[in-house]
Amino acid sequence: MSSSGNNDSVRVQVRGLRKSFGEHEVLRGVDLTVERGEIFVLMGPSGSGKSVLLKHIIGLEEPDAGEILIEGQGVNTEGLRDRYRMAMVFQSGALLNSLTVGENVGLYLREHRLKPEAEIQRVIAEKLDIVGLRGTEEKIPGELSGGMKKRVALARALVIEPQLILYDEPTSELDPLIAITIGQEILALRDRTHATSLVVTHDRDLAFGIADRIAMIADGEILEIGRPEDVRRSQHPLVRKFLTADFKLKPQ
Amino acid sequence: MFRDIGGLVILFWRTLLALPLALRQRRKVAEQFYEVGMASLLMVCILSVFIGGVLALEIGPVMVERGLANYLGGILGLAICRELAPTLMAVLIAGRIGSSMAAEIGSMAVYQEIDALRTMNINPVHYLVLPRILALAVALPMLVIFADLVGWMGGALVCSTNQQIVVGMQSFFANLRETVDVQDVAHGLIKTFVFALVIGTVSCHQGLSTIGGPRGIGRTVTKAVVNSIVLILILDYFLTHLLVQLEK
Ligand SMILES: Nc1ncnc2c1ncn2[C@@H]1O[C@H](COP(=O)(O)OP(=O)(O)OP(=O)(O)O)[C@@H](O)[C@H]1O
Ligand SMILES: [Mg+2]
Repeated sequence: MSSSGNNDSVRVQVRGLRKSFGEHEVLRGVDLTVERGEIFVLMGPSGSGKSVLLKHIIGLEEPDAGEILIEGQGVNTEGLRDRYRMAMVFQSGALLNSLTVGENVGLYLREHRLKPEAEIQRVIAEKLDIVGLRGTEEKIPGELSGGMKKRVALARALVIEPQLILYDEPTSELDPLIAITIGQEILALRDRTHATSLVVTHDRDLAFGIADRIAMIADGEILEIGRPEDVRRSQHPLVRKFLTADFKLKPQ
Repeated sequence: MFRDIGGLVILFWRTLLALPLALRQRRKVAEQFYEVGMASLLMVCILSVFIGGVLALEIGPVMVERGLANYLGGILGLAICRELAPTLMAVLIAGRIGSSMAAEIGSMAVYQEIDALRTMNINPVHYLVLPRILALAVALPMLVIFADLVGWMGGALVCSTNQQIVVGMQSFFANLRETVDVQDVAHGLIKTFVFALVIGTVSCHQGLSTIGGPRGIGRTVTKAVVNSIVLILILDYFLTHLLVQLEK
């Protein structure tokens, strides 16, 4: 059950992924590869299937067709989760509401008995400090604001020291200063542990600030994929609109 | 509900496979045990007095009239420990504890807490289901022992005070001791144990398969309680049949 000491980051391949809920085809053949240690940002309109894609990658949903490979093995292969440490920061946080903040953050270490109790306390404090929530251990999730919940969820994911980490809109609900801290932490985590990161976001500043590569998804299909400068030059009308829209009507 | 049986059996099987982990989860088992026991002990006692009492009221006068007053303690004693205490306490606990387990796990499913557990490689069966089923399997038989004792007391009380019965405490319990064996109490406790597994498995299974928002949780709770009670009453017949065969 405990994770191995293996510290290599992992490559994620998504091949021909299709998923429908009833009549509604949410993912229509998604192909993408996230390289080891890469920060890959996924952008796209609301309802385009980003969260559903992340859930497939972490193995919470079964694809109708296609496959998800982590280092070449299906994500739900027996024992894969014992070999590779993976984490997801949910869009809603998904904290366990009956546990305190500290218990949420320490849950992984305690359940898998990875560290002695004193060490766990120290790690909890350290990770909460990283997300700017020092001293909130005893609070319960119900007492937190939306943005605070999301930061606790991030701290909970950091504790895992993941080799693959999925962020579902890590900076929505956060003020710009904290959003920048979180972006820096995403970079820092990668530099520290060489973790592979997949970030879903609407935040263009964050995307272009941290991404090695960016993909645009709309209606369950990837429209564009490439380095930030390539995506910025994309000729695809929807991509252009998404990247350049602003409050004043288009000057052009 | 019978469509759910397959899922129930699978969940129960997974819980059995997780049994070796029970020691690791002992704190959670203890927490759940405390919750089940403390929440229900007083209720169990109050209900049992009345169950014993009403039974005395129903059959006491009839037996006295026919000159069978001496057998009253035995009959009441058997009825309570073999049948009434196990089934009624199981129904009570299904309503009290099964419902809250289903609601708690159901809301965890709806608010993605179960998904979060799975991403942390924490098996919900080990973390949530096993402690609950174990706690029920230990607590419910203990509650039924209380119910037996208090129920007998209630019966004796009514028999000795009701004007139409007037069977003294002493002769009531003398006859009860003569008639009721350890085997009879065990018969009730074996059934109780099975009922506890039913309540735990049904409630957790319904909780885990909750979809939708608050309304989904509402449906889950109703189904958990109703399905538990239906299964308990049906299983009760067949279990009794089986046990009676074995006792011969
Ligand atoms: N469990 C489900 N059952 C039915 N439909 C679903 C389910 N999950 C997602 N959907 C549908 O799939 C589509 C894509 O949802 P998804 O949550 O992936 O959007 P998104 O791209 O993450 O949007 P946002 O940016 O608003 O978070 C939506 O139309 C949604 O209604
Ligand atoms: Mg989403």
